[in-house]
Amino acid sequence: MSAIIMEKKIEELVPAAAKAVGLVAPPPPRPLAGKTGEGLRRVLKTVIPPLFGLALLIGIWALVSIKGGSIPSPVVTWKAAVVLFSDPFYSNGPNDQGIGWNILSSLQRVGIGFGFAAAVGIPLGFLLGRFQFMSSMFDPIISLLRPVSPLAWLPIGLLVFKKADPAATWTIFICSIWPMILNTAEGVRRVPSDYINVARVLNLSEMKIATKILFPAVLPYMLTGIRLSIGTAWLVIVAAEMLTGGVGIGFWVWDEWNNLKVENIIIAIFVIGLVGLLLEQMLIRLARRFSYETR
Amino acid sequence: MSKPIVQIEDVGQTFDTRNGKFVALRDINLDIREGEVVSLIGHSGCGKSTLLNLIAGLALPTSGALICDGREIAGPGPERAVVFQNHSLLPWLSCFDNVYLAVERVFGEKEGRPKLKARTVEALRMVRMDHAMDKFPHEVSGGMKQRVGIARAFAMEPKILLMDEPFGALDALTRASLQDELMRVMSETGASVVMVTHDVDEAVLLSDRIVMMTNGPAATIGQIVDVDLPWPRDRLDLVEKPEFARYRAAVVDFLHRKQLKKAA
Repeated sequence: MSAIIMEKKIEELVPAAAKAVGLVAPPPPRPLAGKTGEGLRRVLKTVIPPLFGLALLIGIWALVSIKGGSIPSPVVTWKAAVVLFSDPFYSNGPNDQGIGWNILSSLQRVGIGFGFAAAVGIPLGFLLGRFQFMSSMFDPIISLLRPVSPLAWLPIGLLVFKKADPAATWTIFICSIWPMILNTAEGVRRVPSDYINVARVLNLSEMKIATKILFPAVLPYMLTGIRLSIGTAWLVIVAAEMLTGGVGIGFWVWDEWNNLKVENIIIAIFVIGLVGLLLEQMLIRLARRFSYETR
Repeated sequence: MSKPIVQIEDVGQTFDTRNGKFVALRDINLDIREGEVVSLIGHSGCGKSTLLNLIAGLALPTSGALICDGREIAGPGPERAVVFQNHSLLPWLSCFDNVYLAVERVFGEKEGRPKLKARTVEALRMVRMDHAMDKFPHEVSGGMKQRVGIARAFAMEPKILLMDEPFGALDALTRASLQDELMRVMSETGASVVMVTHDVDEAVLLSDRIVMMTNGPAATIGQIVDVDLPWPRDRLDLVEKPEFARYRAAVVDFLHRKQLKKAA
């Protein structure tokens, strides 16, 4: 019995590793005969528990909405969502746009702030990881500034940029840059000394060391940094937009609160969660694509 | 025999540790001649890897000097190729690219891409890895990885090849077949080799001289055995020869009687 399980594990592991490198074509589909029952059971096993969880959540929500009064029930929210998503890309001026536009403009801010953070943070991380002096120089500053809520930087952004939009982008920049610097630096420090010795014996040029050894070795750490950054950035943008206004999912939540459309706020919560989940999954996929097996 | 390719003169190595100075090596004098295979053998902690690192230039001696081909060794260089114990292939490069990286570094200025590629394929063919050259290190077995590591080192056409327990991480059967391969490749190329090992049979089988080190700290060369067995050697023939047994006994006697490790 255990032998069968072992065999299966290996069977599952090997193609996964091969696929990660994109070398081997996916194995041919297994013959269905005799395995349909087993396959069905496996599908049920993965699908049933999350469904139970979801049902529980909606059940509690329904109970609360009956007792609480001002919380809209799941049915009301569902109906509002159908209306909302029937036309996600309408535009009646800057303060009244479809939910699609709101999500996209939030994503755009995250993208820009995050892009700048990557452009600054990753090279800085390489320097910090490679040179002890740089690391000793910057570590105290980073330790001091990292725990600060990015929103505390919002007024500085408003002061400098004199506009709400770049100020929100600025807070994204600030919150994304720390994980990027720290993870890249950690990755550079953890490049196995064997690889560095190979480079030394071959007497490789600095350029070759960077492209053939440092960069590939650090890439998985960098991607972890990027994943953490995106997660935080998506958390922060909602709060920043509540304060700055304009178009964006955070502002939209605040606007719906002012309109007392609580069902839309609940929808927004789900949407924000879903987008965050998608971003995360996307980056996990990306990281898996670039991960390598050391052994 | 022929002229020395590496001269080691009064070399000592001291490390600064938390508990003060630690003398790892002292008074090492050794000449390695061209085309010769020298094994360094001793108990663990006797500084044999430290000595190899000094020849490689990965570390510099605190006293004395090492000279390779008339020039003092001041750092690592491709004329002293190293085969690392744990293969040290770059996992993001295919077997071919791992070797190519080295070939390109050594011959890239003089030769065009087709020639470099031919060299790479030739090196992989020599260790019988040409069938798997497009595979990545994690897709091949431990023995195959070490073959590629050896191919990488030989492809650089070094003046001397340094091997740090090259087969230490492999099982006995794989080790034997790789030793045979290595003997074949060494006779094809006539390379000079310094090899760290803790396997007595391996030392006798592969070496022209066996350098036996005393126990650390402050380890030095205790005794040198000249292995006067004809090349090419065959492991099955050798086992039956009395000379083989005698050399083996000499090494074992040194390691286990004269340099008995207290409470290993």
